[in-house]
Amino acid sequence: MDRELIANLEEKAKKIRRHIVRMIGEAGSGHPGGSLSSADIVTALYFNEMRIDPQFPQWPGRDRFVLSKGHAAPLLYAALAERGYFPADDLMTLRKMGSPLQGHPAMQKLQGVEMSTGSLGQGLSAANGMALAGKLNNMDYHVYVLLGDGEIQEGQVWEAAMAASHYKLDNVTVFLDHNKLQIDGFTRKVMSPEPLEEKWTSFGWNVQVIDGHNIEQILRALKQSYAGNGKPNIIIAETVKGKGVSFMEGEVDWHGSAPKPDQVEKALQELA
Amino acid sequence: MADKISTREAYGKALVELGKENKDVVVLDADLSKSTKTVNFSREFPERFFDMGIAEQNMMGTAAGLAAAGKIPFASTFAVFATGRTYDQVRNSIAYPALNVAVAASHAGITVGEDGASHQALEDIALMRVLPNMTVFVPADGPQTEAAVRAAVEINGPVYIRLGRPKIPVLYGDNFEFIPGKAVKAREGKDVTIIACGLMVSYALEAADQLEKEEGVSAAVLDMHTIKPLDAASIVEAARETGAVVTAEEHSIIGGLGSAVAETLGETLPVPMMRVGMPDLFGESGKPDELIENYGMSASNINAVVKEVLTRKK
Ligand SMILES: Cc1ncc(C[n+]2csc(CCOP(=O)(O)OP(=O)(O)O)c2C)c(N)n1
Ligand SMILES: [Mg+2]
Repeated sequence: MDRELIANLEEKAKKIRRHIVRMIGEAGSGHPGGSLSSADIVTALYFNEMRIDPQFPQWPGRDRFVLSKGHAAPLLYAALAERGYFPADDLMTLRKMGSPLQGHPAMQKLQGVEMSTGSLGQGLSAANGMALAGKLNNMDYHVYVLLGDGEIQEGQVWEAAMAASHYKLDNVTVFLDHNKLQIDGFTRKVMSPEPLEEKWTSFGWNVQVIDGHNIEQILRALKQSYAGNGKPNIIIAETVKGKGVSFMEGEVDWHGSAPKPDQVEKALQELA
Repeated sequence: MADKISTREAYGKALVELGKENKDVVVLDADLSKSTKTVNFSREFPERFFDMGIAEQNMMGTAAGLAAAGKIPFASTFAVFATGRTYDQVRNSIAYPALNVAVAASHAGITVGEDGASHQALEDIALMRVLPNMTVFVPADGPQTEAAVRAAVEINGPVYIRLGRPKIPVLYGDNFEFIPGKAVKAREGKDVTIIACGLMVSYALEAADQLEKEEGVSAAVLDMHTIKPLDAASIVEAARETGAVVTAEEHSIIGGLGSAVAETLGETLPVPMMRVGMPDLFGESGKPDELIENYGMSASNINAVVKEVLTRKK
């Protein structure tokens, strides 16, 4: 694979992680852990994979990305800003009154947000709808979804999983951020969603398991997911919550706490 | 009035006390125990605490089954999910069979703040009060919350307890009575009555003090901690005594306390009346105080509405 491309994407992911830390620090609240764990996936999508045009955010033929785990909004906003949907300076308005950068993504307030999310478990259903419309309209766009590993405890996810395979939505690709943590602790302890591979396979999905921080593996898995064999695709991404900031990595308490100014500084040094 | 405590913290404390007293009390949560404060109970009584994961619908159904088997379950999550996400489960598995489940929902209202509209329950009172068999409590401070939690154990049937995120003033001392369905006269007055619930009782008292000082208006404040069964007698009495009514709630002006009061007065004793609450809008991200002010629910907003209603009083 193209070494230079991968190096560039890795640089971009770092930059996005820096935005995330700064934004949440400035806002004084927000969710760093799950934003950082998915940063490599979302970077690969927005800066290599997806057919999108920030000049024409509503272009009907565009690929779509649904951030089902809406609390990772800072990650989505950072990617949109870097991709040119709005100026990066605006990132610092996150969660402030009057800002289009709501605590959870609101599609009526910000161009580039494909679905309003925040109530977990609903994104895959919406993505299925977009994918069905694509089939009906003979359009070849692809719909990408990011799910949390705690989020899939929601029953609606499994209703949607069944529907996607029933309707042969091979134009859907889900990334499952398998960071093994939710708010109350380890997902395995709170309400185990395992075994993941077997579950999704039995629901009729193409399943791949990759290192979710390895850009090369992410790109390769994406390529494989265009097989068009009539099955929806899920890429189970093994990740570390808080990835990139040593004191946040694997720490459940960084799910939904904002770093203090000195912690922001420390994190930025590590992400330099 | 220096003391401040959030109603969710008071709930967490009360649960632990109850857990000691009554071994049938069990608690369920949906991955939010640190926020709803059921975490305290989970540490004291791990064998009676069930984290159901992020699966609120299943949580409500499980709570119904526990109640059907004689337990006294408290099921907690954010109000937006406890009422919206699980409406059919609460309706058909809890309210319809009149099961002894307490749905204790935290982070109600706009004072959720920065999380934004997806997390700000502004319709939960409406959704819960329309259900037959349901008792609906909206406590105004910490001590009243503890009393409401105790009452929920005594009440044989489903109870919704609306809890908030921010720290709010303690209004009631050690000696106060909490009778479900009986409003509390929090302040005497003769020109107008402000009927409020939840944290809006504090704002109503603040507004009443301002009105007294600045306008010479004497406003009574009625703390309507129980929205259902509604204390219609106290509402009618207040309308008769003061001749004008303003309601104040951290909830949509559609369907909540204001609507309940309007329904009552409309059928018995129509007097000039106005509602303070969330306009027919979704909220947004911001600081709780900013949002309260911006959407017209602060003490000064109540103050202005009282002045307006008084111009209509004959
Ligand atoms: C329906 C619903 N229930 C509860 C919440 C509160 N909540 C926000 S994030 C979260 C944990 C999510 O865990 P996971 O899906 O594993 O996300 P990640 O680890 O990637 O942050 C919860 C319970 C919510 N947003 N929506
Ligand atoms: Mg997780």
